[in-house]
Amino acid sequence: MENNFLLTYLLLTPLVGGFLLLLIPSQKKQFIKNAGLGISLIAFVISLIIYFNFDQSKPDFQFVQKFVWIENFNISYFVGVDGLSLILVLLTTFLTPLTLLSSWSSIQHKVKEFTFFMLLLQVGMLGVFVSLDLFMFYIFWEAMLIPMYFIIGIWGGGRRIYASVKFFIYTMLGSLLMLVAIIWLAVFASNELGYFTTNLLELYKIGPNVPHEIQKWMFLAFALSFAIKVPIFPLHTWLPDAHVEAPTAGSVILAGVLLKMGTYGLIRFCLPLFPQASIDIAPMMSILAIIGIIYGALVAMVQKDMKKLVAYSSVSHLGFVVLGIFSFTHEAMQGAVIQMVNHGLSTGALFLLVGVVYERTHTREISDYGGIAKVVPIFSVAFLFAILSSVGLPGLNGFIGEFLILLGAFKSPVLNSWWYSIFAASGVIFAAVYLLWMYQRVVFGELNTNPKLDHLTDMNARELIVIIPIFFFIVWIGVYPSTFLNISDATVSNLINQVLNTPLSVVK
Amino acid sequence: MIPTALEFQLLLPVLIIAAGILISLIIEMFSSKSEKILPWFSIALFVSTAYYSLLTVGHERIIFNSMLAAGGTANIFFFVFTFGAAIVTLISIDYIKKIGMYYGEYYILLQSAVLGMMLMANAQDLVMIFMGLEQMSVCFYILAGFNRKKIKSNEAAMKYFLLGAFATGFIVYGIALMYGVAQTMSIPAIANGLLIYSDNIIFVAGLLLFIIGFSFKIAAVPFHMWVPDVYQGSPTSITALMSTGGKAAAFSSLLIIFTPLFATTQSTLFQPYLVVIATLSMLLGSIVAIAQTDLKRMLAYSSISHAGYILIGVAAGSELGIASVIFYLSAYTFMNLGTFGIISMIENKDEGNLSLNDYSGLGNKKPMLAALLAIFMFALAGIPPFAGFFGKYYVFIAAIESNLTWLAIVGVLSSVISIYFYLRVVVVMYFQKDENILNVEDSSPALLGIMISALLVIVMGIAPGSIINLISNFVK
Repeated sequence: MENNFLLTYLLLTPLVGGFLLLLIPSQKKQFIKNAGLGISLIAFVISLIIYFNFDQSKPDFQFVQKFVWIENFNISYFVGVDGLSLILVLLTTFLTPLTLLSSWSSIQHKVKEFTFFMLLLQVGMLGVFVSLDLFMFYIFWEAMLIPMYFIIGIWGGGRRIYASVKFFIYTMLGSLLMLVAIIWLAVFASNELGYFTTNLLELYKIGPNVPHEIQKWMFLAFALSFAIKVPIFPLHTWLPDAHVEAPTAGSVILAGVLLKMGTYGLIRFCLPLFPQASIDIAPMMSILAIIGIIYGALVAMVQKDMKKLVAYSSVSHLGFVVLGIFSFTHEAMQGAVIQMVNHGLSTGALFLLVGVVYERTHTREISDYGGIAKVVPIFSVAFLFAILSSVGLPGLNGFIGEFLILLGAFKSPVLNSWWYSIFAASGVIFAAVYLLWMYQRVVFGELNTNPKLDHLTDMNARELIVIIPIFFFIVWIGVYPSTFLNISDATVSNLINQVLNTPLSVVK
Repeated sequence: MIPTALEFQLLLPVLIIAAGILISLIIEMFSSKSEKILPWFSIALFVSTAYYSLLTVGHERIIFNSMLAAGGTANIFFFVFTFGAAIVTLISIDYIKKIGMYYGEYYILLQSAVLGMMLMANAQDLVMIFMGLEQMSVCFYILAGFNRKKIKSNEAAMKYFLLGAFATGFIVYGIALMYGVAQTMSIPAIANGLLIYSDNIIFVAGLLLFIIGFSFKIAAVPFHMWVPDVYQGSPTSITALMSTGGKAAAFSSLLIIFTPLFATTQSTLFQPYLVVIATLSMLLGSIVAIAQTDLKRMLAYSSISHAGYILIGVAAGSELGIASVIFYLSAYTFMNLGTFGIISMIENKDEGNLSLNDYSGLGNKKPMLAALLAIFMFALAGIPPFAGFFGKYYVFIAAIESNLTWLAIVGVLSSVISIYFYLRVVVVMYFQKDENILNVEDSSPALLGIMISALLVIVMGIAPGSIINLISNFVK
């Protein structure tokens, strides 16, 4: 039996919780931290309940709930999850409490506001993943910028103002063009169906009817917005700035969940709404993805700042996801979905660990470190673990995703060339180079006599509690990925059929 | 024909204000406590009118020998004007004392200006539009220069008067030409023969002059030159009313003229003109606003760009377009009133504290005011879930439905530009270290007014359904 209110509860928990937090006096910092953590844990429990009641054999949306919201434009509050959104909902609810816990000591001023914005951010992210109405999706997609903007701007580093404004305007540029496309599609629907609608399930039916020439423009308008978020080369320039200036918790959420909203958008909206255009444009997107993989890796290699290095590695890793999406094979798409989760876990862990040392030394320059293995053995092991997961060592999670994507791209009927996989595979090698090289310079060798390292102490219990659950899932996905692959299996098969089975006459 | 009792009853919103003005004059003349009584009397007057307007919104008809309209969109505009004026009054109470310009006429002129706006929104005759416009404008000319010891205020009044009179000239000339062709001033009568008149070059020229005159009043580029100086120099509470009620009233008159035209096959007659001024207003307003350091001047340019967005709805030339204009104007009214309310609270008695840098660190010093201002800035920038976003969504739908997709794209690009300067206010308040000492005098009436605006801005963003229903019921 389905409880249809579950998704609404999931959205309301952080929303109501966040506003209730505002009523608590700011001095009670510890209580606010505990309360924020508690609220996000409740959200996690709700998402687990959804997971256990989710029927993995069905590709349809489940836990669907619909209310009329704005009658005149046929806009509804319409939520539901399928395998794809469920896995990202779980990722969001899993990472949020961990990030709150990780900022326990690094965020000292305006704790209340910080917790409030983090919870609001969670509402926005969850809303994006569960919305089945384009208008509602857009509201969450945009509204989420506000808390992130404040998180970077108030608690960020030295160039935080530049980074936060750049982040905001960059994202807005893409999404406002998407807004025009959404409205255009809704008006098109009103000509086809006789009524204006932004209901995604209805638009799925009429999207393929959009004339071929216009479909390309519509695809590009949507894809631009998602490509900025992912980010796909050459739209990635906001990312290093935002990552470097954001506080640790912001970086983890940014890398862990926000970037996935872009790839999620591509799968959820671009492909099924404009199938012919997606197939036409797939080679171009794949080439951009591969440029991103290689370019991100090469730029990461020469970074002096650890956070910036990890940020560029995100550009490279998400290139794989995009390649997986536009291969249109079951393996590659499944690989893309699992790689989204993997990237959230591995890169999240890397940012958390960089945050751990940064909090003590206030430097992220690789050259300021060296030989810290002797001082902080536990940290060094954890850091190695996260790096190996990110590199794609067999037995850990990264390998599964990358392998599936490369395999799928290899036999893709749409891309129809081996070269995509061959070039993409070089990214795996580069990843090993830049990550292990950074590890070597930071952890091994003679201990750096830099006075900044004087206060370096090993990870404490709280930090271990944050990192161990992530490692647990890194190993789980690496050893037995079926648990996670099964969630999205039916959805992905259905999606691929939906895209590839559009009338052949229209497809070139 | 002698008006019936029902007609008087339907005209009650206008009559209440008119009677209120007379009573206020008497209070001001005979009571020594008028300073305390008048503002609250005005608020009671405005709120009761606003309430009554909504109550009788369904009684739509033409009254007084087809001179005026009652009910429908006119009443929705009444609500916006009077409720907005009530908020302006709340803001004014402490503000005019602070900058030392309390004279009894202030509230009376405010009421008279609102009366003028109301006549502009329910006129059904060209002469009535003109009368309403002049009543409103003359009050605004005086109010702009109300801070008579300040040279800037005088300058604003003078500029506003000269350019306003110039615009009025266009309007009168336009009316004369239209009358010459149509032989009548009555808008319903003109509407009947519109298809014939629209082939007549003299009539079209008259209509164009009329529209150009109103382009001055709504502050559209290239007729916007007066806006920055007047908005900056006028007392802040007056700028608040001018930029909201004044603009909405001018748009309401434009809609009265355009609505019959849209119903004919000539609905796109003025579309080229409208899209050009819409495009110019949006882009110039947004781009020039970036260079401003004075907050009031920045909002003046922002107001120009908002005129552009609203003109998109007019240019669409459809029922949906008209409805979107009304929604946008209501949303804009409350976003702007709230913003100017906060500015008036932070402004000190020498009209200082108006530059952007004076707001640095406001987030720490006055968290409540800063949070409210941030909401208004996000709303003005058109970011969900606030009212400004839905206003834009609405006008863009109208544009795309009328095959003006490119205009919607220009609209979103200009929105992106405008985000920069709206965000800058937030940046200064929250992200910058506070260097200056800001002495903000608390004012509970003003705070109340600002909070009501904020509430409306949030409600119109999250649950605009019932308001849209109301508007689209009466747009035909």
